[in-house]
Amino acid sequence: MEQALSDPERRLQPAPLEPLGHPDGGLESVVGEEAEGARDEGPGDGTMMENNFWLKKIEISVSEAEKRTGRNAMNMQETYTAYLIETRSVEHIDGQSVLTDSLWRRYSEFELLRNYLLVYYPHIVVPPLPEKRAEFVWHKLSADNMDPDFVERRRIGLENFLLRVASHPILCRDKIFYLFLTQEGNWKETVNETGFQLKADSRLKALNATFRVKNPDKRFTELKHYSDELQSVISHLLRVRARVADRLYGVYKVHGNYGRVFSEWSAIEKEMGDGLQSAGHHMDVYASSIDDILEDEEHYADQLKEYLFYAEALRAVCRKHELMQYDLEMAAQDLASKKQQCEELATGNVRTFSLKGMTTKLFGQETPEQREARIKVLEEQINEGEQQLKSKNQEGREFVKNAWADIERFKEQKNHDLKEALISYAVMQISMCKKGIQVWTNAKECFSKM
Amino acid sequence: MEGECRAPQARSSGLPAGGGGGESPGGDAPLPGSSGSSSLLQAEVLDLDEDEDDLEVFSKDASLMDMNSFSPVMPTSPLSMINQVKFEDEPDLKDLFITVDEPESHVTTIETFITYRIITKTSRGEFDSSEFEVRRRYQDFLWLKERLEEAHPTLIIPELSSHKKQGPGLLSRMGQTVRAVALSMRGVKSRPEEFMEMNNFIEIFSQKINLIDKISQRIYKEEREYFDEMKEYGPIHILWSASEEDLADTLKGVASCIDKCCKATEKRMSGLSEALLPVVHEYVLYSEMLMGVMKRRDQIQAELDSKVEALTSKKADTDLLTEEIGKLEDKVECANNALKADWERWKQNMQNDIKSAFTDMAEENIHYYEQCLATWESFLTSQTDLHLEEASEDKS
Repeated sequence: MEQALSDPERRLQPAPLEPLGHPDGGLESVVGEEAEGARDEGPGDGTMMENNFWLKKIEISVSEAEKRTGRNAMNMQETYTAYLIETRSVEHIDGQSVLTDSLWRRYSEFELLRNYLLVYYPHIVVPPLPEKRAEFVWHKLSADNMDPDFVERRRIGLENFLLRVASHPILCRDKIFYLFLTQEGNWKETVNETGFQLKADSRLKALNATFRVKNPDKRFTELKHYSDELQSVISHLLRVRARVADRLYGVYKVHGNYGRVFSEWSAIEKEMGDGLQSAGHHMDVYASSIDDILEDEEHYADQLKEYLFYAEALRAVCRKHELMQYDLEMAAQDLASKKQQCEELATGNVRTFSLKGMTTKLFGQETPEQREARIKVLEEQINEGEQQLKSKNQEGREFVKNAWADIERFKEQKNHDLKEALISYAVMQISMCKKGIQVWTNAKECFSKM
Repeated sequence: MEGECRAPQARSSGLPAGGGGGESPGGDAPLPGSSGSSSLLQAEVLDLDEDEDDLEVFSKDASLMDMNSFSPVMPTSPLSMINQVKFEDEPDLKDLFITVDEPESHVTTIETFITYRIITKTSRGEFDSSEFEVRRRYQDFLWLKERLEEAHPTLIIPELSSHKKQGPGLLSRMGQTVRAVALSMRGVKSRPEEFMEMNNFIEIFSQKINLIDKISQRIYKEEREYFDEMKEYGPIHILWSASEEDLADTLKGVASCIDKCCKATEKRMSGLSEALLPVVHEYVLYSEMLMGVMKRRDQIQAELDSKVEALTSKKADTDLLTEEIGKLEDKVECANNALKADWERWKQNMQNDIKSAFTDMAEENIHYYEQCLATWESFLTSQTDLHLEEASEDKS
């Protein structure tokens, strides 16, 4: 996240290539490294991708948050926060940026965008949104969605989300995403017109597939386990971190009491007075230093949280694979059964149970013409089935190939980001220690002068 | 009953040796060494687990031992803790000597407690014998104090220091305040200015040192809880490293740093409990004792004042009163001088002790942060070195 914040430039290529709402729009495999490498290298750097319509670089920022009141779908008064999204295009030559678009969106619109992306890019690990409600709070932080600190951290999280999408080689080309940034009014209608909600796989179907699939790709099974473990360990870590923060806050703040008491005491002391008084001041400094320290740590926690939520995105891709694989297995099974039926009809050996067989027994044999007709129908169905199976197979393979490419891209990103986060944590600790040494050295000097 | 009235006071309200006509050895030389009163000694015996080193602290100057002094008395040696107090100098009242010593620990199935040997030597007629030796425990002292307070509500019964290792309870603090108010109303008129200042200092010092005691204990408690959470924090990173490849080293590094900082916290805590907490607590007890001392001084003064008043109103035999007043005046002067001398010494000691305790605390904290800093910095270096290595590998 640090990197995303400090390097806000992302290349955005709005691509009317993909017709609106085309479900397979993202299936072409894009060379990920180019975008990745370019991102690291920063502005002014070279290669644009092919089929690029705009040669300019785009900067995206969620610059403000504002409380609004309005009427909701049930015509009831509600208070919500709106976020200002500003898009700037950067002139190549002089690096100046020009504001091209600026509009307000609320959290629910971000959710809508993400849900759309999930449906239309099931093979992509879609970046997560910041949490809807504050979790892993320690006592000082409010769990209230309207709390200014929460709103601020959410603003940063939303900006990060947009930057992640914009820097993704495939997602960045999506039209709906482009409109999200540029078309304030009517955007919701446009998204809904794609009908993506209908195209979404039902949860029940997905669950069913997960249980019944026989031969999923092993890599996806492993990935699912990994994402479960990641989610569990990061949750645990965040919980304990919040408790540690709580305790640390206590230690620092109690020292502030020394400041007050020393000051009062110094009033009755002649020789010790000055030393006490100034030592007390340092105790106050020490006590108040914890606020900044813990605020920085909160940003670190947010970085971890992003990957906590990414775990869910990983699982979504695995689920899609299981669903497709299950679908494939069912189709193959169905085809096999029809072939068998056909064979039995042709040879007269009835091994499989069929309704026709039953009725034949009950109501008498069918005529050869009738049998011929049935065989014909089955043969047609088998033909169709084989075509379908073939295309499903191909789809499945495509999916696996593309999904795995994105997963590899994600892994690289994750390793890079988390390593950076851990290192920044160490930097924070170092800064905290240095402050501590300074304050206590000053205090010690005051004590020694008493 | 009168004799008996005074007997209980004898333990802690020593009266100046140099008072009129008294032949106490050592004259009225002020006693050097830290001002440990009987009540203080009591406290130390109770608080400390028979640890001789700790006892040393409270009897820095074991030299003196004079059979006198208004000012609270020194033990001759840490172990014996003989508390010899002379009551009054007038020969006719020098009839009761009490010492408290030989603390002994008793362990039963139900409880553990300490008893003290009390030796009473007396020439008073009311007693059946001239020498008594008994063993009493803290509960018994408490019982005696309560009985006395019931029987003589207007007399100042000396302080009993607190039984347990903690600050004065709410009730005793309230009790102190009430008595302090009562006393200040009585004593304010005649108390000389320097003693007013002293009293004021003692009151405020007592408040502040009690607060500091509470704050310090609280800090210890918070650090302990922080330590407990940190112990859980490090291992989670190890757990995580098990499911990662590229991140495993970094995660393990962080875990190791957290564990080291955890150990440093433990060390800081133990430093606090060794250097700061005992000293602060000692001065909490001192402050209680000092308040008692002030009261006793005021009481002696009050005696003089009341006799003077009696004289002026010509209520009783003038000659006898004049003689008594003379003696009391000397007594007051001795008490005041002894206290004044002792006071400066005590204040100097207090300053040194407090200064050294807090300096130690600051050092503990500096050391803690330095250790943690070194740990994290070395981790950071290892990570950036690795990064450079990897980068050069990629390029090649």
